[in-house]
Amino acid sequence: MRLNINWRALTMVGALVVIWIAFSIATEGTFLTPRNLSLLARQMAVTALLAIGMVMVIVAGQIDLSVGALAGLMGAISAMAFTNRDWPLWAAFLLALVAGTALGLVQGNLVAWLRIPPFIVTLGGMLVFQGVLLGVTGGVSTSPTRAYLYVGQSYVPKMLGWIGAGLIAAFFVYRTLRDKGAGRWKWLGLAALALVFAGVMNGYAGIPVPVLLVLVLAALFSGMANHMPFGRHLYAIGGNREAAFYSGINIERHIIGVFGLMGFMAGAAGIVLTARVGSATSDAGRMMELDAIAAAVIGGTSLLGGQGTVWGALLGALVMASLDNGMSLLNTESFWQPIIKGAILVAAVAVDLAGRKGR
Amino acid sequence: MPLLELRGITKDFPGVRALDGVSFDLEAGEVHALCGENGAGKSTLIKVLSGFYPAGSYGGDILLDLQPVQFKSIREAEEHGISLIAQELALVPELSVAENISLGREPVRGGLIRWEQVNADAKRALELVGLDVDPRRPVRQLGIGQQQMVEIAKALIKSARILVLDEPTAALTEADAVRLLRFLAELRNRGISSIYISHRLEEVFRIADRITVLRDGRSVGTERTSELTSDRIISMMVGREVKTLYPRPERLPGDVVLAVQGWSVEDPLNPGRHVLKDVGFELRKGEVLGIAGLMGAGRTALVSSLFGAARSRVEGTLRIAGREGAAPMRSPREAIASGMALVSEDRKRYGLVLEASVGENITLATLRRFVHGLLLDNRQREKEAGAQALALRIKAAGLGTVVNHLSGGNQQKVVLGKWLLSRPRMLFLDEPTRGIDVGAKAEIYQLVKELAASGLAVIMVSSELPEVLGMSHRVLVLNQGRQTALLEGDAATPETVMAAATVKV
Repeated sequence: MRLNINWRALTMVGALVVIWIAFSIATEGTFLTPRNLSLLARQMAVTALLAIGMVMVIVAGQIDLSVGALAGLMGAISAMAFTNRDWPLWAAFLLALVAGTALGLVQGNLVAWLRIPPFIVTLGGMLVFQGVLLGVTGGVSTSPTRAYLYVGQSYVPKMLGWIGAGLIAAFFVYRTLRDKGAGRWKWLGLAALALVFAGVMNGYAGIPVPVLLVLVLAALFSGMANHMPFGRHLYAIGGNREAAFYSGINIERHIIGVFGLMGFMAGAAGIVLTARVGSATSDAGRMMELDAIAAAVIGGTSLLGGQGTVWGALLGALVMASLDNGMSLLNTESFWQPIIKGAILVAAVAVDLAGRKGR
Repeated sequence: MPLLELRGITKDFPGVRALDGVSFDLEAGEVHALCGENGAGKSTLIKVLSGFYPAGSYGGDILLDLQPVQFKSIREAEEHGISLIAQELALVPELSVAENISLGREPVRGGLIRWEQVNADAKRALELVGLDVDPRRPVRQLGIGQQQMVEIAKALIKSARILVLDEPTAALTEADAVRLLRFLAELRNRGISSIYISHRLEEVFRIADRITVLRDGRSVGTERTSELTSDRIISMMVGREVKTLYPRPERLPGDVVLAVQGWSVEDPLNPGRHVLKDVGFELRKGEVLGIAGLMGAGRTALVSSLFGAARSRVEGTLRIAGREGAAPMRSPREAIASGMALVSEDRKRYGLVLEASVGENITLATLRRFVHGLLLDNRQREKEAGAQALALRIKAAGLGTVVNHLSGGNQQKVVLGKWLLSRPRMLFLDEPTRGIDVGAKAEIYQLVKELAASGLAVIMVSSELPEVLGMSHRVLVLNQGRQTALLEGDAATPETVMAAATVKV
């Protein structure tokens, strides 16, 4: 198992490094400047938020096609509540998170109790949310004021960024010293990564707030996935539903729960999306569910369920964002972008399958 | 005083009464076997007992320590010390041994799983069953026998007093099965009772203190094992005396249909090593050649490689009357074209489209024959499928019946029918009676006899020694990939076959 994970993680990181090197050569270094990497990190935030939730959905053997539309809808109602109805900012944010969670729970109930396949429930949900979004916005975009945009566009003060990264690096160094065996050296690598990340981000304007949000939520979700019964049960349900059932796990409640969490993440993604773009439009979030699924899959999640990690999905989202960003830098005609992304998605899974056969 | 007592259990499904007033009791420190044909109600009974069917969905009473109990879920039954070990292994392959053992009841502090506790519990549980594996290893890296022991460890750590085992040895090797039986006997000495369901009567005789036989949802009787014989149990199960279970086909020395020499198959997982080495034999028209050997001896590899379905390198010569050259088959497609048919071990996985009808399944491999122009001639299809169903005595409401609804024996006949329709000259049967009840087994044997008598050359792989010996004209014994014996007729006895199967190679 341990070998397996390392192999997958290494291939992914390797692919990312290859992509980065290729782009930095092609752009004569522009790609790797702090300014561009900061932009890249911000560009991946929304997809990453959705992908974090999506991993858990797919791990449980489910799928959610509605998250793009749901994120768009949540971003819009939140912006409208803040701008048109003068709700306080916290209430506008809470609205998106609560409504997103609620709609996720509704879909989860349909899957768990009525046994409608999740593909159908969430395909229906996607269409409904798209329609509602068009209806409530009336096709007009809403542009919230500065305060709302903070979560999408501002930066963590550089000093705070250094302190945070320093604390995390110190913790990883502590683990390196405490743990035994070859596995502990990865902690040292992560400590270095935290410092390099802070350095690069501070080399421009600081760690972007949406990126910080992604990292915090990823850490929380990863902790839940690996160290809480709820998370482990999702792996069990996706890995062998019968076994989970015979172990006394309430499968329905877990499925409802994971769709609820996905809805929460869609709400968060919606807020960040509106805040980053600066306005909520009537087609916001469209097709983002596919980016989220692609990110999860590139990051090693098995669509059969039972396998996948949050950090892998983040890596997947980073690969996707790197492709978008690099091709834009190169002024590649925009029609190439989905073509390349599609090819990479299929290639990633093919490489993974070939690697598994080899073992 | 019985530890557990079931009184007048009745369970209805739409249109069927699965259990009709069944009573059953279990003493402390007893192994009590449940026997019966498929569909007799064994699985339903233990699902009632273990909370799979919640209280209220069945009639009758369950008494534990003389107190009436009602289980609303599997978990509630477990809390009362009753653990079900289901037929299909209920483990999550990607999770570690330790996680599987604690699954559903992880020790938690502050919302987080206490991994040291999980691993310590697992270690203790593995010691209970005497299994020496690293609890952090993922379950999929374990052999099936080890996985079975993990399941039992999982049940024991829940402080089970009653283990309910549904066909626990179905997927085990001979050696693992023996180990499991020995372990259950040991548990009995520690005061842990078991309810044991198995099709393998010799196991039941080895382990059970008492035997209860179910038939058509009723209890036919409960006896001490010492007062029963296997013939008696079989007749209780089927409600009639089964006189000759093995109708050995008469010998018709026909021409050689298949000649195999120097047959070696590389191990797909360990290139350079072989799962079969230097096997050679001839197969004649009208002959049944039995393939015996312990699990892992290469029996399945032999028939699947002959059939062109091996995933690794195959060497050796394979001559078929009327075929040019002596190269191994490159694909099942070529094998079928050369007159071979393989009824594989796992019919649900490789043999049937479960959601399709009997007629669909029977004609699936020969659809080409029914094409006229661009379309299928469905009338012709139905005619030929119907003829097969009749010849094989398939019990189904009609050709339109979905295969999933048939019993194991009838499903196996559908698979047979499918291959017979391709008019093969050689029929390879891999464990043709696995998971089939005794009555249906006898029918399958009768069919094999008739097919051989009609001139088909049959290779039959079986784990059940009496079956191989009873049905075959000759027995080829494999032992760790080597051919250690090719026994003719009466030379094949349980002793000679087992000796060849276990001799050091």
